Amino acid sequence: MSQPGIPASGGASTGLQAQNGAASASGSPYTNGPVQNALMSSQVSVSQGYNSQLPGSYPHLIPAKTLNPVSGQSNSGGSQTVSPLSNYQRPGQAPYGPPVASHPGTPSLRSGPSPQMPLPTSQNPAATPMPSGSFLPGASVPSPSNWQYNYLSQTNHCPRASSQPTMTGNTNLMSPQYVSSGDSSLQNNFIKSGSALPLANPPLPTTFQPGAPLGPPPTGGPPPVRALAPQKLTPRTVPQPSFNSTSNQEGFWSYKFNGSMFTLFLATSQPTNKNPTMSRSVGYSYPSLPPGYQNTTPPSTTGTGIPLSSLNYPSGPQAFTQTPLGANHLTASMSGLSLHPEGLRVINLLQERNMLPSTPLQPPVPNLHEDIQKLNCNPELFRCTLTSIPQTQALLNKAKLPLGLLLHPFKDLVQLPVVTSSTIVRCRSCRTYINPFVSFLDQRRWKCNLCYRVNDVPEEFMYNPLTRVYGEPHRRPEVQNATIEFMAPSEYMLRPPQPPVYLFVFDVSHNAIETGYLNSVCQSLLDNLDLLPGNTRTKIGFITFDSTIHFYSLQEGLSQPQMLIVSDIEDVFIPMPENLLVNLNESKELVQDLLKTLPQMFTKTLETQSALGPALQAAFKLMSPTGGRMSVFQTQLPTLGVGALKPREEPNQRSSAKEIHLTPSTDFYKKLALDCSGQQVAVDLFLLSGQYSDLASLGCISRYSAGSVYYYPSYHHQHNPVQVQKLQKELQRYLTRKIGFEAVMRIRCTKGLSIHTFHGNFFVRSTDLLSLPNVNPDAGYAVQMSVEESLTDTQLVSFQSALLYTSSKGERRIRVHTLCLPVVSTLNEVFLGADVQAISGLLANMAVDRSVTASLSDARDALVNAVIDSLSAYRSSALSNQQSGLMVPFSLRLFPLFVLALLKQKSFQTGTNARLDERIFAMCQVKNQPLVYLMLTTHPSLYRVDNLSDEGAISINDRTIPQPPILQLSVEKLSRDGAFLMDAGSVLMLWVGRNCGQNFLSQVLGVENYALIPQTMTDLPELDTPESARTIAFISWLREQRPFYPILYVIRDESPMKANFLQNMVEDRTESALSYYEFLLHIQQQVNK
Amino acid sequence: GRCYLLSCVRLFGRATCLAIIAFDELKTDYKNPIDQRNTLDPVVLPEYLIHASFCVMFLCAAEWLTLGLNMPLLAYHIWRYMSRPVMSGPGLYDPTTIMNADILAYCQKEGWCKLAFYLLALFYCLYGMIYVLVSS
Repeated sequence: MSQPGIPASGGASTGLQAQNGAASASGSPYTNGPVQNALMSSQVSVSQGYNSQLPGSYPHLIPAKTLNPVSGQSNSGGSQTVSPLSNYQRPGQAPYGPPVASHPGTPSLRSGPSPQMPLPTSQNPAATPMPSGSFLPGASVPSPSNWQYNYLSQTNHCPRASSQPTMTGNTNLMSPQYVSSGDSSLQNNFIKSGSALPLANPPLPTTFQPGAPLGPPPTGGPPPVRALAPQKLTPRTVPQPSFNSTSNQEGFWSYKFNGSMFTLFLATSQPTNKNPTMSRSVGYSYPSLPPGYQNTTPPSTTGTGIPLSSLNYPSGPQAFTQTPLGANHLTASMSGLSLHPEGLRVINLLQERNMLPSTPLQPPVPNLHEDIQKLNCNPELFRCTLTSIPQTQALLNKAKLPLGLLLHPFKDLVQLPVVTSSTIVRCRSCRTYINPFVSFLDQRRWKCNLCYRVNDVPEEFMYNPLTRVYGEPHRRPEVQNATIEFMAPSEYMLRPPQPPVYLFVFDVSHNAIETGYLNSVCQSLLDNLDLLPGNTRTKIGFITFDSTIHFYSLQEGLSQPQMLIVSDIEDVFIPMPENLLVNLNESKELVQDLLKTLPQMFTKTLETQSALGPALQAAFKLMSPTGGRMSVFQTQLPTLGVGALKPREEPNQRSSAKEIHLTPSTDFYKKLALDCSGQQVAVDLFLLSGQYSDLASLGCISRYSAGSVYYYPSYHHQHNPVQVQKLQKELQRYLTRKIGFEAVMRIRCTKGLSIHTFHGNFFVRSTDLLSLPNVNPDAGYAVQMSVEESLTDTQLVSFQSALLYTSSKGERRIRVHTLCLPVVSTLNEVFLGADVQAISGLLANMAVDRSVTASLSDARDALVNAVIDSLSAYRSSALSNQQSGLMVPFSLRLFPLFVLALLKQKSFQTGTNARLDERIFAMCQVKNQPLVYLMLTTHPSLYRVDNLSDEGAISINDRTIPQPPILQLSVEKLSRDGAFLMDAGSVLMLWVGRNCGQNFLSQVLGVENYALIPQTMTDLPELDTPESARTIAFISWLREQRPFYPILYVIRDESPMKANFLQNMVEDRTESALSYYEFLLHIQQQVNK
Repeated sequence: GRCYLLSCVRLFGRATCLAIIAFDELKTDYKNPIDQRNTLDPVVLPEYLIHASFCVMFLCAAEWLTLGLNMPLLAYHIWRYMSRPVMSGPGLYDPTTIMNADILAYCQKEGWCKLAFYLLALFYCLYGMIYVLVSS
């Protein structure tokens, strides 16, 4: 959670400033709103798309997309489509999933007049050419199995791609955008936008230098020339209107700068002419390692270092290998140990069981040298369960803790360096992207930190765009940022980037109409139509279904949308494929027309059957030429055609952990999802059902196609206003959030480690490659790792995730995160570095798998055993004297609590009336949520809010935000004369005690007395009182920390939501579950056996 | 009867080799799980059926020892097929779970064990055949 002063982010500021180019606008690089200073906010507000960087602004509220009306599309589209067909038509490659051709047969096309829309039937002209960017319908779309990596030989496209004018435009002084010139041989033209001074070498601790007699490299600031040059540049720059059009890099904190063309000559001339002198004159700054690796030497006078550099060279590679690094690391670990005496504490949980910190729990900081650590990836994006990696599998087994990664790779970021350069520097053997943790052996060579291969530094990489100095590859942003985004050249495309395609599939059976969902969804869509991420190529389409399938022709020129009904659900065909998915811009009025009439069209329907399977097949056929996003709204069990399901839930057996159907009953949805995945279609399922709908089977459609599932039990437009509001809010986020198309994610790790299992929604295409037809910023992933070979000869390991995707603007981009962690050899250190939240998150994912493959009770046992085993391992090996009580290392002090919370979570709880679909939905959420939200849903934060004060409050942008302490989740902590706020991630619950002070009632809730609190109250009135201001400030601060909008429920004693509130009191005893103390006793008993 | 056996054992050997190669390919990234499933699944059921039919033949020929040696494998095959994931067509492998390291390792191990078993069976049959030829 973003708080100022997190060591990781706070510490990183110096490193990032340097390349972001604006020292003035520093701040933690990743945190959302709160830490921004005013300057930064004002700078960004115009140019950024979705990211919330203004404290008060939600991503979806910024109409940024409309600011740049997409005129530049032809540009990127044009240059990308030039790449020859061979680029994306691999001969002999059979896509999984048959090539879909438009169906010739027309068995029973009854394109009939619907009540409201009497329309002609024979509208279908002969095949019209497909719009640009899509393939010919019959062309075999290549299976993307080597999208990312196997196209290096096609260098001939490279210059072509790089000739796109890149992203320049309105000034944004934040950071660099690299512009590559058209000529590939002269491509190191980087322009610095910012006014920032280049970073001086960070101060380094004095360490010894084994071996090589190193000349003293300068650690002082770079020569003044470097610092001044960029500043001189700014006045000269002229915003070029012709480039503005492409500058809308949706959603990112994109970096723009002025007048790229002016400075191109600089770099082009330098490399060749000045090479000899340059390399010598920079020689003194040599140990060309990133700051963290630099062997420290006292600062020396710079000036003429030529003789010294000659000293440096002979010592050669050995001097720069990992040895000094190790030395640094060792000293660091010692200082680390002494710095954290708290971390070494052993705690007897039976005696001090109230270990919950009163502020949000921070992830442990890896025990690395601070120079490395400050470059490390933000833990919100990339996190490991053990921040100290055990050296061998044996050691890992001994610790009995799971080793794995938790990722949130596509999170909305406030600040993200984007690099445009024609060659992306990667290791030649393992294809790792160059990152801050590689070591530079000398100026010309770098050693991969994953496979240890020594690679050459390409010529253009020698030029550092930030300092505008040649010969400083280690200062390049790629080597200074653990999170970075590359604009991918055409080698990274198998086909031209697809246009954004959105298809909505609505259930319009009697049951669906009864719930009234169509109204709110259509309204939401109408409201957000202009905010859908996309460009001029955006396509949209609609399908509705009951026992038949209805298509809507929205061809430009029609006066009204035209409905086509296909009643043959056995063999579905698409009546007129080219008019069903239409360009949103061209047919916007028709689309709006349709959305307005759609809710009324079926009000009198008596059809109760639901042919979901055939509708999905039809939708898949419609989308397969392009790929895109399919949003399916379903309100009941599908009953007709393929994929029909039977009710399996038996209400009497709800409470028992056995015999419940967590596995799918048919593989239809899974197979269809795999076909979808092959054609780059993702399916998001919105299930709004009162009865059992077999989410276990239906959910597969989203799970394997990298979609997401939304579930609104008992949705009804009148009877259940809470769900209606929830749907509205979530839909708004869903429609407007960033989206990446045709994505793949690869996770690499240092040799010796290997990936064991992936968790999340995707299809695993090879040992380290996930296929993600769509990627959204709210999805998290988990990876279990194992230690395959011993890591004894290395002291650091790295993990790198690379996400290649097509943005909604049609750019191919690669987002790379790299995490670096130390390797340790003793059990004690492994325990010391354990990250209890990540461990709980990974365990939850593993437990979901276990419940599906084995049984729920098995999964519950496994969770409990995980605690018992790790604590016994700690007791037997790490504790010297055997004390009685439940001794836990400080890092794991909350482990039993979190596991208990998991056992009481909806996914794994027993003895309650949890409906099967709700349970399965909770499991889907465990798999698909990023860790932060998973932890909040599992173990919510409880605050007392009736006595908020400014004591300890933080101040952000002149707003004072009170910081009440987090309370334990126990009824003991509640009192009838207070009001308590529970933050459970996606919902906020404000419980008001019966005897709550009159002050709070009138000043905050705005009611006279307790009885007048409305039954369903989801908003706090804005009153002109300090109490109200504080409460509202606090609640909106909580909301700002997440991309979605958690709804606030005010709960009083009689409210139906009260049960939900009390269910989250995980420390208390329930009918079927132990209290925290009992649980601890149980653990102790087992551990001390 | 032995000659038949010989050829069939070769057939088994081939099926299993295919499996081993396929899993190795999978592990080393050459293939995607769906292609792999498409190559392997059609072979699984025939392999099991042929094995079962040979067991029946052994039964008819009253080759008790051979039958006894093959029974565990037959039982394993039946168990394996019964516990396969939910699937509409014939087959054994689920492309969505096969990349799980545990399952992949299990399938590879299974392949090697069966290969070893079939090899031994081959030698056993060769021995039996030669023995019969020599003694007759």
